[in-house]
Amino acid sequence: MSAILAARARGITKCYGDVVALDHVDLEVAQGHVHGLVGPNGAGKTTLLGLLLSLAVPDDGHIEILGTAVRRALDAPDGVAGFVDGPGLYPSLTARQNLAALVALRGGDPRAAGLDEALDQVGLADVADDRAHGFSLGMRQRLGLAAALLAKPRLLVLDEPSNGLDPAGKRHVHGVLTRLAADGVGVVLSSHRMDDVEALCSEVTILHTGRVAFSGPLGKLAAENRELDYRLLTSDPPAARAMAADVDGIGIIENGAADALVVRALTPALDELVTRLVRAGIALRELTPVVSPLEAAFLGLTEERGGQAMSAALSEERR
Amino acid sequence: MTATAAAPRAVAGRPGRVPVTRVFRFELVKLVSQWRIRLLVPACWVAPALFVAVVSRQSTLPVDTLFGRLMHATGWAGPLVTLGFAGSWALPLLTSVVAGDVFAAEDRLGTWRHLLVAVRSPRRIFAAKALASLTVILLLVAGLAVSSTVGGLLAVGNQPLTGLDGHLVSPPDAAAGVLLAWGCALAPTLALAGIGLLGSVTLGRSPMGLLLPALVALALQLAQMLPLPVAVRLALPGYAFIAWNGLFTSPAQAEPLLIGVAVGLAWAATATALAFVLFQRRDFTDLADGGGRRAAVAGVLPLAALTAITVAVIAVATGSGITGSGIEQGKVQRAVATEFAHLYRLQTAQLNRPDVTEDQLHATAVCTKGGGSADAAGAGNDWRCVVSWRLPGVAATGSAAYQLDITPDGRYVADGDGPKEVNGYFLVRTPDGDAPNPLWQFDGIVELLPTGAKG
Repeated sequence: MSAILAARARGITKCYGDVVALDHVDLEVAQGHVHGLVGPNGAGKTTLLGLLLSLAVPDDGHIEILGTAVRRALDAPDGVAGFVDGPGLYPSLTARQNLAALVALRGGDPRAAGLDEALDQVGLADVADDRAHGFSLGMRQRLGLAAALLAKPRLLVLDEPSNGLDPAGKRHVHGVLTRLAADGVGVVLSSHRMDDVEALCSEVTILHTGRVAFSGPLGKLAAENRELDYRLLTSDPPAARAMAADVDGIGIIENGAADALVVRALTPALDELVTRLVRAGIALRELTPVVSPLEAAFLGLTEERGGQAMSAALSEERR
Repeated sequence: MTATAAAPRAVAGRPGRVPVTRVFRFELVKLVSQWRIRLLVPACWVAPALFVAVVSRQSTLPVDTLFGRLMHATGWAGPLVTLGFAGSWALPLLTSVVAGDVFAAEDRLGTWRHLLVAVRSPRRIFAAKALASLTVILLLVAGLAVSSTVGGLLAVGNQPLTGLDGHLVSPPDAAAGVLLAWGCALAPTLALAGIGLLGSVTLGRSPMGLLLPALVALALQLAQMLPLPVAVRLALPGYAFIAWNGLFTSPAQAEPLLIGVAVGLAWAATATALAFVLFQRRDFTDLADGGGRRAAVAGVLPLAALTAITVAVIAVATGSGITGSGIEQGKVQRAVATEFAHLYRLQTAQLNRPDVTEDQLHATAVCTKGGGSADAAGAGNDWRCVVSWRLPGVAATGSAAYQLDITPDGRYVADGDGPKEVNGYFLVRTPDGDAPNPLWQFDGIVELLPTGAKG
């Protein structure tokens, strides 16, 4: 675990006219960690990421990037890369030309920058000389990531990097981000995909209407969470149902299915149920949360603040 | 949190600034990679030559365009006809496509943040974009000029050009005049380019941003067709698209041209500076980017103020006042008499008659408008002039009549009304056969500024 912060924001406030995009937001991103930023649409994620890239300065509060205070727009130190609101690519240029241009703009030599390696890392080596015009969203995301890699970042800022990725692309992107974190790079990414955040991030910040609803390790988020719904498939559903009814702290959710049992419980109560099932010789074939812990926490935290409307929006998005 | 503020900090260095040349090169690459630019560059370097060559070989010439009726006579008319068309259509459209899109393209592609993160200097980005669009516009204008000149010279030849006061312009002087005319046309082109940059910055991906230079050019052309006061006419940034005509009189009507060029450059500088200021103020984290309308207003007001100041300065400095079209009876009479005298010498040479000088001819003209007699003024197609002249050793005074159509910008077409032997028929019978009669119809210009204001 690194003690050096890749990014640190304190009391950040950013307004656009009458709209408060960020309201006294604190954020810390450690080097060598992937930090997830989640929140409903309009929560302020992209604004915060834009500030980390120093595209603008906050109206109030202060930001330090790689130990350097950012006081003016575009004044971030070397070693910061990424994209917000989608990767910026020029469709009339090929993938290689896009990367070469970026390297040249950063003052480097495109011939010695390792363009092919970066394209290979994100799985785009085969289309290096194709115009970006024909690229799918997933390919554009990967090319954007390759562009960020060429900057040799120490802080990588990515706005929804998993958008449009197929399973192979997702594997490439996850592999790259994991390797970067292992090499000490601080990564902060926003996503609506809770499974991605759970798979990649060690810490998460939940934003809601410009304010921080939660910030900390994923484990802490799960522990602070309310009861979760779990789906159990067993070899003897009636016996399992009767056993669940006997365990303190477990509620049975009627879902109409004969073979599956859905229970609502905190982790200790669930552990007790599983122990009893095993002792009774009932095979446990499947035990899965109906929604992921992070998603449940997200819904819980945002519903507390935003009511049912936010939940409906998220459910819609998930569909 | 896994890290604390108290932990030792890795202090990173401030980023080094990328030279403008690198950003400029990238902007050029982006522009050249666009299919529109790839199409326009060869079109501008080839199409004018083909146009001039084809038109010069047709029996019907574009007589509505200045120098159009001379396209059979000299290859130097071709680039001037092309310049006339270009000032009306081609150059505004080219500046729209290049300068009007150079900033808006980033909005359309969603690449602003990418570019800013890479370059980290809006100032450098602006400079590179402005220079890149300027470079491409110059390349396109050079193509139009060179191509039309080559087309004219190859199709017709390197003959002398008849100027707008009837005097013969030698090929070297015609070449210099053509070069200078195209050079002067750069000033209003740059003004439109500046307006294009301003529209591109303020209006973003809106089609209005792209079309702004073309719309402004159209509005300026419409304004030039109105009976505006001279000071207002000269204060409009497109006037140099007309004022280059003054290069082809002797002496050249330099003052309106210099004013037109200065106004064009002032507009170019002001519009570009406004675009720069508004670009610097833009907040690139604001997705809504709702400042476009305010920015558009902030761009329009200073240009309106510039126009008002320019009108006042021109009115005072030239003594033209803020009223009056500049088209006055005395100026029309002098212009017609002078041009007639020059062209009479051409006709004399065609007919193999003994040469006479303009002084010997002592040509004078009496012009009226609308059947009136005194103090005729203003544009219209109801001007009528009777030109009188003398020949050495001949007691009688010759006279010929013309109908004049004078447009508000001072250009006129004189249509010979007889006698037939002088100006009433489009051909003259020469020892070598029939030839175009130079006195039948001719184009000319009336200097709009007070003649006393000449330096």
